[in-house]
Amino acid sequence: MGIVRTQDLVYEYIRRDEEGNVEGITTAVDHVNLDIVPGEFIAILGHNGSGKSTLAKHINAILNPTEGTVWVDGMDTSEEEQIWDIRRTAGMVFQNPDNQIIGQVVEEDVGFGPENMGIPTAEIWERVEESLKAVGMYEYRKHSPNKLSGGQKQRVSIAGVLAMHPKCIVLDEPTAMLDPKGRREVIRAIRGLNQVEEITVILITHYMEEIIHADRVFIMDGGQVAMEGTPREIFSQVEKLQELRLDVPQVTLLSYELRRRGLDLPDGILTAGELADACERLRQKNSGR
Amino acid sequence: MLRDITLGQYYQTESIIHKLDPRVKLGGTLLYIISLFLFGSYLGYVIAAAFLGIVIRLSHVPFKFMVKGMRAIFFLLLITVGFNLFLTPGRELVSFWKLTITAEGVRMAVTMAVRLTLLIIGSSVMTLTTTPNNLTDGMEKMMKPLKVFRVPVHEVAMIMSIALRFIPILMEETDKIMKAQIARGADFDSGNVVQRAKALVPLLVPLFISAFRRANDLAMAMEARCYRGGEGRTKMKPLIYGKRDRVAYLCICLYLVSGIVLSRLIGMATGY
Repeated sequence: MGIVRTQDLVYEYIRRDEEGNVEGITTAVDHVNLDIVPGEFIAILGHNGSGKSTLAKHINAILNPTEGTVWVDGMDTSEEEQIWDIRRTAGMVFQNPDNQIIGQVVEEDVGFGPENMGIPTAEIWERVEESLKAVGMYEYRKHSPNKLSGGQKQRVSIAGVLAMHPKCIVLDEPTAMLDPKGRREVIRAIRGLNQVEEITVILITHYMEEIIHADRVFIMDGGQVAMEGTPREIFSQVEKLQELRLDVPQVTLLSYELRRRGLDLPDGILTAGELADACERLRQKNSGR
Repeated sequence: MLRDITLGQYYQTESIIHKLDPRVKLGGTLLYIISLFLFGSYLGYVIAAAFLGIVIRLSHVPFKFMVKGMRAIFFLLLITVGFNLFLTPGRELVSFWKLTITAEGVRMAVTMAVRLTLLIIGSSVMTLTTTPNNLTDGMEKMMKPLKVFRVPVHEVAMIMSIALRFIPILMEETDKIMKAQIARGADFDSGNVVQRAKALVPLLVPLFISAFRRANDLAMAMEARCYRGGEGRTKMKPLIYGKRDRVAYLCICLYLVSGIVLSRLIGMATGY
């Protein structure tokens, strides 16, 4: 069984008018089935209102399913007594870095989670040190979070979750409020966690470039999983992505257009390097003829 | 402009005063303030000033930072001095128009000014050498006995430290909203008091909404990190008295006793 598994997950937001009468029901998540293997890097992609954030909040037991079940490391999230074990197994990083940093000094914020878990003092310090080193923020440990850049703040948030030694980290659009430099920093830190610390990562985003490194990608639309596969499989279906109003990375789009005009390029090119190699091979083949 | 306001300003440097347990500093400040009102003579104030001078010296905080704190309450000081100077009954010194200055008034005014100055500089030594977090930690631990009376000590300390963390963020936000409203023609600087107060409504409403939204987000983030109140929580930086702290307590006691004894003795000798 996977680290995170959902079965026929449904979540409905009930809208009420001022008297409390039900005005309407919005189905934010509609029969989603996921099965995530430990150590995987998963990306969940979709535009605003596609239900991806709602889905993420289920994994940390912040929301409870209307229908269906979510299991985190074998624990059912709807069982009240397991909620804290679930939260320490599946850590969560949110979108706005300012609204999730509690401490007034970087190291104190990273220590907040372990403090809540009742970890002995000496071990808290060990965990804080290793977590800050893992995201490359150790030299800032004495700084005030208010003086850090967005990318740095978000890396501190990640360290704060990491210090709880989770098996899985869910990141809910961690880069949405950052500039391109901050985005690169954060993505690099996330990849590090996945590759070095072997933590399962579930990255929720609406930036196409960020999913290239994922092992598997789920694309959400209208609360349902619209597409699923490796980044290469996803990007080879340019028409379908465009139908879902999602941007395709420029390189992928370029090679798709070239292929459509008759060039013999492979499907689902993800990086500029790959495209250059493919073109070079094509040139050699043509000149050899 | 709003960012210039500083609350509980902390001056980062290495010193023995910085390293003291916050409880020592809190208790010490309290005792120091009491001592200012106990010492009844000028010699007492000389001792108090000398003690403060030594502490400031040990704290490695530049003196001008202490004076900065004084600027904010300069008017209060002026008013206090004025009231004491003119409204104390006694032997008349100078009289003009409806105001009279008495000898007792002069002495009261000087005493009040010295007391207030020492009091403010004394407490700013504490805030300048203690991080706000450390301070709330100290308060939490000092007020722990109140838990018997169902006072939510941990919660209050947590609220205070979160409030301190969000002050600069909300200030920045106020600045931003203000600029946005000014760009749309809002006027915060002219008109009478009522008009100005009314002009603040479009500033306060978005600010409150955003504060609530932040509070909601923060609560979720805290829950996601397993926060469930003070029960079963360990401390990353537990407060434990060391040798340094005991020595500091001893110094404060010594100061208090010597101050009281000396000022009383001199007081008796000179008849004050």
